[in-house]
Amino acid sequence: MQTERTLGGGLPPALRAGVLRRLLGQGIPWGSLTVLLLLIIAAIGGETLAPWDPNALNLANVFKPPAWHANGSFAHLLGTDNLGRDIFSRIIAGARVSVTVALYVIVLSGGVGSFIGLIAGFFGGVVDAVLMRLADIQMSIPSLALALVMAVVLDPSFTTVVIVIVITYWTWYARIVRSEVLSLKERDYVALARVAGCSNATILRRHLLPNVANTLLVLATLQVGQVIVFEASLSFLGLGIQQPDVSWGLMLADARSYMTHAWWLITLPGVAIMLTCLASNLVGDWLRDTLDPRRKQR
Amino acid sequence: MMNAESPVVSPQSPMLLKITNLQTRIAVRDGTVHALDGVNLEVAERETLGIVGESGSGKTMTGLSILKLLPQPGGYIADGSIVLDGVDLVGVPEREMARQWRGRRVSMISQDPLTSLNPVYSIGDQVGGPFLYHGLVHSRADARQAAIDVLRRVRIPSPESRLDDYPHQFSGGMRQRVVAAMAIACQPRLLIADEPTSALDVTIQVQMIELLKQIQQDTGVGIIMITHDMGVAASMCDRIAVMYAGRVVESGKVRDIYHAPAHPYTQALLASIPRLGQSRDRLSSIGGQPPSLLNPPKGCRFAARCAHRMTKCETDDPPEFKMDAGHSSACWLHEGAPHVP
Repeated sequence: MQTERTLGGGLPPALRAGVLRRLLGQGIPWGSLTVLLLLIIAAIGGETLAPWDPNALNLANVFKPPAWHANGSFAHLLGTDNLGRDIFSRIIAGARVSVTVALYVIVLSGGVGSFIGLIAGFFGGVVDAVLMRLADIQMSIPSLALALVMAVVLDPSFTTVVIVIVITYWTWYARIVRSEVLSLKERDYVALARVAGCSNATILRRHLLPNVANTLLVLATLQVGQVIVFEASLSFLGLGIQQPDVSWGLMLADARSYMTHAWWLITLPGVAIMLTCLASNLVGDWLRDTLDPRRKQR
Repeated sequence: MMNAESPVVSPQSPMLLKITNLQTRIAVRDGTVHALDGVNLEVAERETLGIVGESGSGKTMTGLSILKLLPQPGGYIADGSIVLDGVDLVGVPEREMARQWRGRRVSMISQDPLTSLNPVYSIGDQVGGPFLYHGLVHSRADARQAAIDVLRRVRIPSPESRLDDYPHQFSGGMRQRVVAAMAIACQPRLLIADEPTSALDVTIQVQMIELLKQIQQDTGVGIIMITHDMGVAASMCDRIAVMYAGRVVESGKVRDIYHAPAHPYTQALLASIPRLGQSRDRLSSIGGQPPSLLNPPKGCRFAARCAHRMTKCETDDPPEFKMDAGHSSACWLHEGAPHVP
């Protein structure tokens, strides 16, 4: 901070602090936090916040372009789709599905996966072999094929989407946590904790888990984007969220036939997905840097 | 409060720790490793026993046996006794071991200060942890105060201000002090220091040795100093036990070991230390390799590498012969000397 101030003495205060650097990693990522906050508000408020009923048809008003376009109007800020439904309202309504799916999946797959990874890495031997072969088998099954089967067995629904994605993603956590634990458990502080009389459970909980927490956090925030895209592709294929529920993936699926003459139908939900991914990744990086005592001082 | 439960040495057993005929084995895929085969050791209160020997001689295994933290799966104590403060630890159940003994009455300092502290907890949390865990204090504030006291005892400057710092903000020597502070937190009777100076600079080594001596004077703790550095052992220890292939081959006062080494292995070990001002083309070394502990050879284990080998050495196990007061050597060269009882 000190050096920066001296170096950029003649610049306006905002530039002195390095706006771009701030937004892209250093300092508090206000932009990303705002995006996430808006997303959460949209997810909680849903339809009540939307200017239009996201499912209201208006066949007289189809394919209206966004407001800034020559033919657009401010009544439909982001235009309308092939059935005259308001895109802006649908993006707000879709946020609920995307955010809840992401939360459920991350909590469940992160919880299950890191528990299995901790156990496998810590105890090793047969336990490790069995759990990791299970993960290998899981990873060798194409997730979309699995989703197809699940959709047939369980009927496409919100729950099915969550189950399919959790089954696909727990192996990530399990493998990464396991490999971290393999190296962490050889550290002297683990041996000394044992010397101090700590039990296996205490060592796992107090010494190993906090040390993998940073990795878990980064993994979880990276996954927000992937889960949303995964949900989108499941819904796109008709295996996930069903009409009249709204999700961003479903919007993409609906829009694909009109891609050539109504770009906004497919672009705007895509932008929503992208912004969410980007924001969650940046916030994740920031949280990691802030929470890790080794990085905090730098 | 902290002293209330400290056991007192009973008059019948002046020794703090007495290990008799300790047999530690590790079952592995190819058989059983005889990691320790009849180890006898004694440590008195306020005494430092150095255990020296090359890698794999059983130094660390001895330490782990006392703590009953043998490598799992496979490690077990097959025979012998480890009597600490009148209690044979071999018979103490695991639960009681964890709650009453480890960290409480036997403690340990490990080799690498860089990985001995958990990077995600502040120094205050880590040093205060043992007090809370063993129920010596009942609130975080008390644990904090106890941590400050014990950090002061290991000569950390202004511990109050460093309590909320994290391990990475400390230098190697300072971290080793913190580790020492954690080890002595619960006023243990016995401290096992497994190569506590190997990862430190020479100047810091000296400070560490002085610190351990100071702690010993303050608390009367018995120290087992495991090292392969004969110099460190000489400057720190009262007595030294030389281990080879899972056995104590010679033990005695530092003076005896350095000036009148009796066992050929000790002699060879001392001869291999380079000396200042002495120019040699090659450092002298002991030819050959230690025997496999999977199938230990009959007779003396050093026989294959020994310059004084006799036929008897290859068939019969040498008992410990008493050289003079407190000095014994397990070598047939001393046959005729009285056996150590």
